[in-house]
Amino acid sequence: MSPDKITRMANQIATFFATQPDADKAGRVADHLKEFWEPRMLDQLADHLKNGGDGLSPLALDGCKRVLELPA
Amino acid sequence: MKDFILPTRMANGDIDMGTPRSKSTTMVTLKIDGFDVTVPEGTSVMRASAEAGIQVPKLCASDNLEAFGSCRLCVVEIEGRRGTPASCTTPVMDGMIVKTQSSKVKKIRKGVMELYISDHPLDCLTCAANGDCELQDMAGMVGLRDVRYEAVANHFEARNSSGDVNTQFIPKDDSNPYFTYDPAKCIVCSRCVRACEEVQGTFALTITGSGFDSRVSAGAGGDDFMSSDCVSCGACVQACPTATLQEKSVIEMGTPERSVITTCAYCGVGCSFKAELNGDELVRMTPYKHGEANRGHSCVKGRFAWGYANHNDRILNPMIRDKITDPWREVSWDEAINYTATKLRDLQSKHGVKSIGGITSSRCTNEETYLVQKMIRSTFGNNNTDTCARVCHSPTGYGLKTTFGTSAGTQNFDSVEETDVVIIIGANPTDGHPVFASRLKKRLRAGAKLIVIDPRRTDIVKSAHIEAQHHLPLLPGTNVAVLSSIAHVIVTEGLMDEDFIRTRCDWDEFAHYAEFISDPRHSPEATAMLTGVDATELRAAAKLFATGGNGSIYYGLGVTEHSQGSTTVMAIANLAMMTGNLGKNGVGVNPLRGQNNVQGACDMGSFPHELPGYRHVSDDATREVFEAIWGTTIDPEPGLRIPNMLDAAVDGTFKGIYIQGEDILQSDPDTKHVKAGLEAMECVIVHDLFLNETANYAHVFLPGSTFLEKDGTFTNAERRINRVRKVMAPKNGYADWEVTMLLANAMDSGWTYTHPSQIMDEIAATTPGFANVNYEMLETRGSVQWPCNDDKPDGSPIMHIDGFARGKGQFIITEYVATDEKTGPRFPLLLTTGRILSQYNVGAQTRRTENSQWHEEDLLEIHPHDAEVRGIRDGQYVRLASRAGETQLRATITDRVSTGVVYTTFHHPDTQANVITTDYSDWATNCPEYKVTAVQVALSNGPSEWQEEYNEQAEQSRRILPAAE
Ligand code: SF4
Ligand code: SF4
Ligand code: SF4
Ligand code: FES
Repeated sequence: MSPDKITRMANQIATFFATQPDADKAGRVADHLKEFWEPRMLDQLADHLKNGGDGLSPLALDGCKRVLELPA
Repeated sequence: MKDFILPTRMANGDIDMGTPRSKSTTMVTLKIDGFDVTVPEGTSVMRASAEAGIQVPKLCASDNLEAFGSCRLCVVEIEGRRGTPASCTTPVMDGMIVKTQSSKVKKIRKGVMELYISDHPLDCLTCAANGDCELQDMAGMVGLRDVRYEAVANHFEARNSSGDVNTQFIPKDDSNPYFTYDPAKCIVCSRCVRACEEVQGTFALTITGSGFDSRVSAGAGGDDFMSSDCVSCGACVQACPTATLQEKSVIEMGTPERSVITTCAYCGVGCSFKAELNGDELVRMTPYKHGEANRGHSCVKGRFAWGYANHNDRILNPMIRDKITDPWREVSWDEAINYTATKLRDLQSKHGVKSIGGITSSRCTNEETYLVQKMIRSTFGNNNTDTCARVCHSPTGYGLKTTFGTSAGTQNFDSVEETDVVIIIGANPTDGHPVFASRLKKRLRAGAKLIVIDPRRTDIVKSAHIEAQHHLPLLPGTNVAVLSSIAHVIVTEGLMDEDFIRTRCDWDEFAHYAEFISDPRHSPEATAMLTGVDATELRAAAKLFATGGNGSIYYGLGVTEHSQGSTTVMAIANLAMMTGNLGKNGVGVNPLRGQNNVQGACDMGSFPHELPGYRHVSDDATREVFEAIWGTTIDPEPGLRIPNMLDAAVDGTFKGIYIQGEDILQSDPDTKHVKAGLEAMECVIVHDLFLNETANYAHVFLPGSTFLEKDGTFTNAERRINRVRKVMAPKNGYADWEVTMLLANAMDSGWTYTHPSQIMDEIAATTPGFANVNYEMLETRGSVQWPCNDDKPDGSPIMHIDGFARGKGQFIITEYVATDEKTGPRFPLLLTTGRILSQYNVGAQTRRTENSQWHEEDLLEIHPHDAEVRGIRDGQYVRLASRAGETQLRATITDRVSTGVVYTTFHHPDTQANVITTDYSDWATNCPEYKVTAVQVALSNGPSEWQEEYNEQAEQSRRILPAAE
């Protein structure tokens, strides 16, 4: 999947959780990714992050790091 | 006290009780022919007699129509009353004494019959209704032996005895492809006219003239059935006591001698039908009166469009090929299955366990779907299973699970009879869910109020005797903004149901939500700019919904197929909760499911992250339940969803797919991307009735069976589990569940099912909501709505009665986020898509029936203003282009759509509407954003390059080599 597409999908998820009242919004993003994304997609996300994670919104970035167990 | 209890579910129970059931709870006792009978107040004498097992002769009465009292065949004597009242129009009274037989009434009845028969051709032996005609039955019943009248004038002879043209004679109208109207045989009982009004709600028929001159006529003067408003639902044909309105299939094949109760395989209404047969030849399908979803009604698809089952295009032998550029080679089942199994295992050993997957079908039975996901999880050893619900109702799953705790509609269809205000959003029930629409229209004619939220002026907005109080024609993509504004009005004006919220939801959570929604940015005045909806109209609609009594919300794919699909579903749930519209009759959140078994496919664990019963694959306890029975281990990580599978295929990590009963190339968005994904795979297995569009890219074709050829169950939009019964042997040799089992066993699964009932038993043993469901129970009950277990032994017509499945209902903040799909100078218009009554989805079935007479091609609806500035005239070919691709189709100019919006259907492969749609999707579920695409429309000079290439490839790919000796 193109990094653009993976970025758009992660950002869409973050956009929703950004509006939710939870204290730990990044945690909610990470949970959603864990619940619905197949490991291959998470790997692609990890690759994208390694390459700088261009285009990811701050919350999406936090959430991705959380689900990939990378340091914040 | 009731002396006689008549089993109403008699041998396929078609006793006509004469007049509708009274809903009164006050009971009345009377004496009929010496027998005591107790019936509810308001029952007719005719029905009371029928309850006592006494049939009074009748012609103009039928128990699905209000009594009319025109034929006078049903007269009886009542002690203490003068004259001979008609039993169909006379209500029972306590202590009444009725005689249904006396020399006086007998004489009257004979006289009536004599009059009818004197103006009726006496060609019974060659009549299509011979043996199935109420006029015949009644002549017999009243003992008519001779006809004394010599009719001076009649309606049935084309010429009189002196050879002159009979001006009263009207020739047969056979314009409708499925039934004929032969006025020569009409007795003007007006049952057809009333059926069209009361049951169907179309008002296509009238009685013109009076007395001897009165005739049934379709539409206005000069119309025949086909050119009238008739939608070919068949209710009038069903109602007609004579051969006047008669199915062409009966005329051709003769009257059927046996019948089997089964379920329609088209839409999510899930109508029950009687399949009527001679031997194994299907003669007709008639709606089953005890079917609880349809209550004896049907639409043109289920009633008439079953001819595809015998269509020449059906592929009956398995076929394989090494490359998709090769022609197909017909092989034995053994060879096909072994070839496939070997290929799949090879792919797995080369590319890993997760390199293959499958798609379950929402057209197939629960049992078949369960087996496909079981094969993927247990035999393939991964969770790469998905279903076409991905592209339609997956946001319903996510949204309702989050807010209420279960992924399903809350009501049964009967509930609509008690609703007072209905919101329809993103659904077009008269086309998509016709039988439900008829039931809704009946309630609307009785006074319920209607709010329609839809970019298009759909038929339900205004039709015969129905007009929506409010139509909010929003711009595609702004559902959340409109629903938030409605909630804003309700909350800021204090119209919410505080009691309900306090007892059934979390008050603090609501308080937070209320603060969010009360912000002025959600006010109708503030959102009007982006939604295009008039603020005053929206305020009025919101107040009506909050204060008008029982409020129900019905929605369809116009809600889910958006980038904010899941958010919209949650906004709908918020509205229902804040107004207390849950947990009783007449209210609720009602997703109108597209395909016959979308609900079932979701229930059966078709999604990659969920095992049957909506339990996440990461849940150890759930996996253990299945692992114990299956004897294999289940991967705890979610699998790929359909769009992800295609992406992975393009990336080279996904190599093989088993697709049961789906045509993803035509139905899924961004055709070019789907094509690229399929082309990149090394083993595409299509299991279907026809060589569908996806099969152009397949290496294995396994012929499928129709719903007439197998046993199983479908679950409709109201969670009703209905039996599908085998009425004939599979023409391809195997029912679909058997084919899946062959493949699984060729991959060493060792399954031993011999009947689908055993699969249902396995479902019941593993899935709490189905715990008490089994075939024996369905045999006695007819159908049941899940959850059905020890807590709810009779099933659950209405959900969340005392509490939500998740405990407290959850209010969710629903911030409007504009889709990325925006109009601009290159693509200034918004395309939205939908469907039409006579065709069904990708049209594989309906296009192979006479239904195509109503809809031969997909048309592009465009507003007169948008057409004019582009120089487009009605009927011209236009080029429709988006950033994803372009195609061409014909334009139709109409103000049903607003300026800036164009609309089309997606039933025909030639149109390729999905070449235009993009790969944008719902944030939570990846449900594609079919309903919003920025496009440009221009006059066209012929099919697009893509269309030409596509057609050539399709033609090449469909070649079949003659079978080897
Ligand atoms: S067409 Fe049939 S139902 Fe209609 S009035 Fe004539 S006989 Fe009655
Ligand atoms: S087929 Fe249905 S719509 Fe057509 S005239 Fe008969 S009842 Fe009316
Ligand atoms: S309404 Fe749906 S289920 Fe009923 S007959 Fe029509 S297509 Fe079949
Ligand atoms: S059946 Fe009662 S008047 Fe016709």
